[in-house]
Amino acid sequence: MRVFSIGLVISGIHLSMPLLFAAYGGLVSERSGVINIALEGMMLFGAFLGVAVTFWTGSPWLGLAAGVGLGILLGALHGLLSITVRADQIVSATAINLLALGVTAALIPTIWGQPGVSPTVARIPPVVLPGLSDLPLVGEIFAELSILDYVGFLMVPVAFYVLYRTPLGLRLRACGEVPEAAASTGVDVIRTRYLAVLTSGALAALGGVYLSLVQVGLFQRGMTQGRGFIALAAMIFGKWRPLPILAASLLLGFADAFQFRAQAVGLPLPHDLLLALPYLVALVALATFIGRATAPGAIGKPYVKD
Amino acid sequence: MAGPDAVQAPEPAVRLRGIWKTYSGGVQANRGIDLAVRAGSIHGLLGENGAGKSTLMKVLFGLVSPTRGGIELSGRKVRFGSPADALEARVGMVQQHFSLIPDFTVTQNLILGNEPTTRFGRLALRAAAARIQELSDRYGFRIDPNARVADMSVGARQRVEILKILHRGAEVLILDEPTAALTPQESAELHGVLRTLREQGRTVIFISHKLAEVIDLCDRVTVLRDGEVVGEREIGPEHRGPGPDRDAVERDLARMMVGRDLPAGPGRPHAPGAPVLILSGATDGGALAPIDMEVRGGEIVGLAGVEGNGQNELIELILGIRGCASGRILLNGTDVTRWPVDRRLRAGIGHIAEDRQSAALVMSMPVAENALLGYQNQPRFHRRGRWLSVQRIRDFAAELVRRFDVRTPSVRVTASSLSGGNQQKLVVGRELARRPSLIVAAQPTRGLDLAATSFVHEELDELRADGRGVLLVSLDLTEIMTLSDRILVVSGGAMVGSARPSEVDEETLGLWMTRGRTDRTGSVEAAAT
Amino acid sequence: MSAPKDPGNGRLRSAGPPDSALLPATTWSGRLTDALGGPLRNARNFALVLVAALVAGIPLLYAAGSDPLNGYGALFEGSIGSKQALAETLVSMMPLLLGGLAVAVAFQAGLFNIGVEGQLLMGGLVAGTIGAKLDLPAGIHVLVAVAGAMLAGGLWALIPALLKAFRGVHEVITTIMLNYVAFSVSRYLVKPGGLLVSRTQPSATELVAPSAGLPRIWSPTRLHAGIFIVVVAVGFMWYLVFRTSLGYRFRVVGRNPVAARFHGISPPRAIVQAMLVSGAFAGLAGANEVLGLHHRYFDQFSPGYGFDAIGVALLGSLNPIGVAAAAFFFGMLRSGSVLLQAVAGVSRDMISAFSGLVVGFAAAVTLVDRILGRRRRMRTGEGLPSPAGVTTQEGAPV
Repeated sequence: MRVFSIGLVISGIHLSMPLLFAAYGGLVSERSGVINIALEGMMLFGAFLGVAVTFWTGSPWLGLAAGVGLGILLGALHGLLSITVRADQIVSATAINLLALGVTAALIPTIWGQPGVSPTVARIPPVVLPGLSDLPLVGEIFAELSILDYVGFLMVPVAFYVLYRTPLGLRLRACGEVPEAAASTGVDVIRTRYLAVLTSGALAALGGVYLSLVQVGLFQRGMTQGRGFIALAAMIFGKWRPLPILAASLLLGFADAFQFRAQAVGLPLPHDLLLALPYLVALVALATFIGRATAPGAIGKPYVKD
Repeated sequence: MAGPDAVQAPEPAVRLRGIWKTYSGGVQANRGIDLAVRAGSIHGLLGENGAGKSTLMKVLFGLVSPTRGGIELSGRKVRFGSPADALEARVGMVQQHFSLIPDFTVTQNLILGNEPTTRFGRLALRAAAARIQELSDRYGFRIDPNARVADMSVGARQRVEILKILHRGAEVLILDEPTAALTPQESAELHGVLRTLREQGRTVIFISHKLAEVIDLCDRVTVLRDGEVVGEREIGPEHRGPGPDRDAVERDLARMMVGRDLPAGPGRPHAPGAPVLILSGATDGGALAPIDMEVRGGEIVGLAGVEGNGQNELIELILGIRGCASGRILLNGTDVTRWPVDRRLRAGIGHIAEDRQSAALVMSMPVAENALLGYQNQPRFHRRGRWLSVQRIRDFAAELVRRFDVRTPSVRVTASSLSGGNQQKLVVGRELARRPSLIVAAQPTRGLDLAATSFVHEELDELRADGRGVLLVSLDLTEIMTLSDRILVVSGGAMVGSARPSEVDEETLGLWMTRGRTDRTGSVEAAAT
Repeated sequence: MSAPKDPGNGRLRSAGPPDSALLPATTWSGRLTDALGGPLRNARNFALVLVAALVAGIPLLYAAGSDPLNGYGALFEGSIGSKQALAETLVSMMPLLLGGLAVAVAFQAGLFNIGVEGQLLMGGLVAGTIGAKLDLPAGIHVLVAVAGAMLAGGLWALIPALLKAFRGVHEVITTIMLNYVAFSVSRYLVKPGGLLVSRTQPSATELVAPSAGLPRIWSPTRLHAGIFIVVVAVGFMWYLVFRTSLGYRFRVVGRNPVAARFHGISPPRAIVQAMLVSGAFAGLAGANEVLGLHHRYFDQFSPGYGFDAIGVALLGSLNPIGVAAAAFFFGMLRSGSVLLQAVAGVSRDMISAFSGLVVGFAAAVTLVDRILGRRRRMRTGEGLPSPAGVTTQEGAPV
């Protein structure tokens, strides 16, 4: 078994996908002017409830719906704190992250009677597209892709279209750049920002659900391992633009995949140190990122209607 | 709406009757103003800062609801609860701030809030751009609908603002100081656009405090002072060219505006001492051309210029916030070119910042700790090495409060709880208490009421009398003319003129300010000193 | 040189009657409000946030399968119900307090250091290593171990500080990333065959020499001499923040970096200094645990103190005295959670959730200030800086 193989590609896609969902969640929220460092907590809650509902109902699809639903609720909470209460957006989002870490871990023994990890549940299965999976070489990849992978890849052009080609996207970006100007033309800044934050919650939770219901089929204490923040790094490194964010997510996801792969094939590299690889790659990516110019102009600033 | 060629005295496009506006703080911005604006004319609204022009127009645009009084459009009574109502009635306003999104193209900016779409909810950008192009061509705007606003010049942005309200169907256009930040060429281009609009039957209300352009552009001028109409003049072609007619109307309007003849310098002996500040060829290597200038002890040097022509950069260069790429800066004869801010302040620079809330005070900290700002490294506030002495800081703050009459219940309340005038007194007091040999005062009276303004002016005058140097940076030419011993003019980041107040009039200064760089030779000296 | 000719003449002249200023402060009630305005508001916010979090915790306890009254009863009894419990509360309080001070001092400078956990780990690792590997006289050994830990924590915090000050990268992301890097690195060093691993105990360093340990001071409880370090640290931090030029510079940069620059305070320098102090205190927290409680470093010796410290700092309104009170309360939660788990079957992880609630309500309490502020315009004390609002010259978007 070699490090660079079809297996690496499959694993890379699987590890990039949660980042992609969460990073797009960050994109939507921040383009409207609301910082969202609560991606991590939203992912974790989504991953948790996805598994819990699958455990109770036996249906990963219901788990998926429940996880995303919870993400929307968390988006509403983040919106309440940062848009309506006008609390500091970073501090209030940290509250969600801490809450997620504590609540999901504390409920594992309550629900499953064992600390730290849930039993395995039904996963969201790969979709077999006849023809595609029979192709030589790439067929192997297609055989491993679930519906969520297709949703993820489809999300890229859809997000691009909505953001740059529809009135909604225009208004969303206006709210993130100069909300006063948007308001002066009749755009409802508060409503638009709420919509963005709710969407953000849904996407981040979807990333979490992917982690728990596509990748492993179980929930583990703190299983997101900072992926919400890595997604944030991907968003910044991708300069708040859909296509570069896709590239950044793939870069960081493949760094993770390489790390796992190196361990699996027994490369003589210290595994514990390799675990730090994705975080180091993200750090380097941020350190080489230059300037504020590409960030939305009104990011982090609460909008006050006069 | 009546066209320009309606024969019989038509209803005015806009009539304001007895507008009163008292703000919650008790400030009476408008006190019974009547105004009639002919359809298809350019109507000037002239007055000094704080005369009530902007408030009056905000009333007309539905941004401010009047305490009393009514609005009629072409004889029809209207009541606006919001700008949307006003736009609905075809009244549009270009304000001074917050109207365009720099990251968007012209088209995106113009359609925002009212976007045309094709099937599938896709923005119909191309069709919109074509319509905007057509609109732009019709009025000679010379705007590319697909250009990004951030890449456009200030003048072009101003035209986009106007295009934006035209696009929304405005027949009456209110422009609030549209030329404040424009170069003369851009101003001229804007004037051309406005004349075209008038020819096409639109009505323009043009707010300004610049005499010359109002006379050049407007058909009729209303002068406001202290919230009241103090006079109106009809302007005809005979007033536009140079000559006695123009001089007469100019003097007339100026007297109405300020309530007195224009001041001719401070009329006091000017006996400057040794140079306090010398810049020789100093530049930041970017926005500023190499600058030669000096400020001597015992004089007030006024720096005039259109906003954004390098004043802020120059101040930052003097203070040491902006690095000096080449040239030298001398303070009291010592080369401070490489000194950090802190050291320059200690060596004797005081700075009254233009925006006190963002650059001079920490609003959420107590008055006492704001008094310490800039003194934090001074041993007089330390005890036992580096510990701060709270008692000495409070005593110092209390002293400032007492001597400069800062109205505050105590020195422990936050700076944010003081009124604007008292905040400024605190800043002025703190900077003067440093006993600086040079004071850099940037717009020191902006937003202050009359009492606070005259307080600041007296303080600057006393500094001068005390043998210190003052560099007064102001957009208000009257302020500069009244206080300065010498006037420097900055334009496009370069020094373009220098004169004594007795040698120039505002018009000449305005000419230098706006045409400085293109008109460097001839009457204008190359630089100061 | 044209210095003013007559520097002594009364330039600072009197304008206006002296009695027009400073009015209320001359009455006893005015003086009282003056002196207590800030602390009173902090105390009020402390109580508000605490009560709100306790109330919001009820459904969480319920969801975790416990009768809330029972749960809170167990928490209470398990934290201050006995001498033993009280001692455990104090033991848990120590790292939370030191970590809380670390978060608070960075926050004063406008920096949100959520990397305290990683800095604490690095500090603990270095303290444990120095304690076990070096052979120094008693007293000196402790000092060297503590100093090493503070240096390690400070250096770990220096990385995000430099990235923020000179590259404009927001510290929230970098400090979190460095937490995970710290987890990996420390695990690597004490894994079987690792550089620092003990011969007898996996995933740990050797026991520290007695000369480097902090003695127990209240037998038979686990309370150790670290409590003195902690008391000194609170006083030191209070003086640093409110009574030194350095602390003043931190606070100005945290609240208005533009005004700071105009008055000779360099925001990048203050950022680096504040993060160094913050990281050093986090390192101290790690050393205190390792040298005083466990007497060795072992993997995952911190159950997330660095994250709870965020709640501690905000509940304490960033004021070291308030942080101490908040840390005592969080210490109660930590020590009480043992009984909570035993009696009511609620996982100890619920404490992090509670920390989240506290942070959330602490963020929302600005609303209370705003509503009250509408009625009473005069404010004493000072407002909190905002990590979302503070940027250096280059800016640091998240």
